[in-house]
Amino acid sequence: MNFDAIKELLYRLADDDLIMGHRNSEWTGLGPILEEDIAFSSMAQDAVGHAQAYYIILHQLLQEPAPDTIAFARHHSEFRSCHLVEHPIGGYAFSLVRHALYDTAKSIRLEALSNSSFRPLSNLAQKIGREQRYHQLHAETWLRQLGNSTQEAKTRLQNGLNEAYPLAFSLFEPTLYHDAMVDTGLQISEAELEAQWMEKVQALVLASGLQLPEIEDKTVAYGGRYGKHTAFLPPMLEEMTEVFVIDPQATW
Amino acid sequence: MKMDDSHDPRIRRADVPSAEEYTVKETLDQWGTFEVFHQKSRGDHHSHVGCVHAPNPEIALLFAKEQYARRMKCVNLWVVRTADITASSYEDAEMFEPATDKSYREAFGYKNKHLIKKYKEEQAQAKKEG
Repeated sequence: MNFDAIKELLYRLADDDLIMGHRNSEWTGLGPILEEDIAFSSMAQDAVGHAQAYYIILHQLLQEPAPDTIAFARHHSEFRSCHLVEHPIGGYAFSLVRHALYDTAKSIRLEALSNSSFRPLSNLAQKIGREQRYHQLHAETWLRQLGNSTQEAKTRLQNGLNEAYPLAFSLFEPTLYHDAMVDTGLQISEAELEAQWMEKVQALVLASGLQLPEIEDKTVAYGGRYGKHTAFLPPMLEEMTEVFVIDPQATW
Repeated sequence: MKMDDSHDPRIRRADVPSAEEYTVKETLDQWGTFEVFHQKSRGDHHSHVGCVHAPNPEIALLFAKEQYARRMKCVNLWVVRTADITASSYEDAEMFEPATDKSYREAFGYKNKHLIKKYKEEQAQAKKEG
């Protein structure tokens, strides 16, 4: 077993979910209507829970620090999350489109990880995959319905897509030890995941009456997997860890 | 209170208009409601658990899942437009009250426990005798 590769993979999976979950939780109390506010917040909470489950594997099986320490005490350059999840929530249209792009990728990735050679990870991926079905349904339903409703909704979604789509390729930035991960059957290649994702996203965008923007360079938002983040991440982490840093030793 | 003064950084960022700038919304300009029915396990009755605001049944199901099925066990949900439900009137509530003794219609009106017991004993005996 290549433990460096396993750790790298777990950090990258967990950090995406933690940052995405925290970002989406910023809608709590501010969502467009009560029921949607609750649904969106609940999914954000799910994502943070998924991150915690990966951190628990890192801690219990791979001798990494405790989950709370990993989540709240690292410098931003130690995070392996991609640029897509770091960007501020923007308007609800941007957040919805990002949710669709992110969760479509996550569904595909979890399905692939269900066959991972690292048993604790394949077990967890199957478990998370069950909850993920709702996230996928929520994203697809909203995109399809709003995209086929009024011109205003369509314009807002299209603008959100133009902004989020180029960033979304950062989801598939190969990490350190990527080739080793593929060789040892930890996961399939990022290129393969990206191709599956593109196919699904194209179908969803078409069904939603939207258009995918042209992409010249898929690597514009690369860097996150190596700790190079946008200027949005440090202030977000500062806010997220505000309570923890008051007393890192406190028991909750 | 001005929104800039909020302790919540999200509210400060959200650029919420001050009270003077609010436009008053029309009464009842929101979506209609759907009644939600929840099934605990296959074969069980669907029980009414509450309602959600939604523009159509598909979205109503999305909302119902998080509103009513995220804590309790659930295998299936129904949503029905509230407007599609025909209800009896409370003014007619008297019609549900029986005028004469109708306990014979109720399950406890039947004295048959001893028969069931006898039947079970007979079955057990028959089995023993092969």
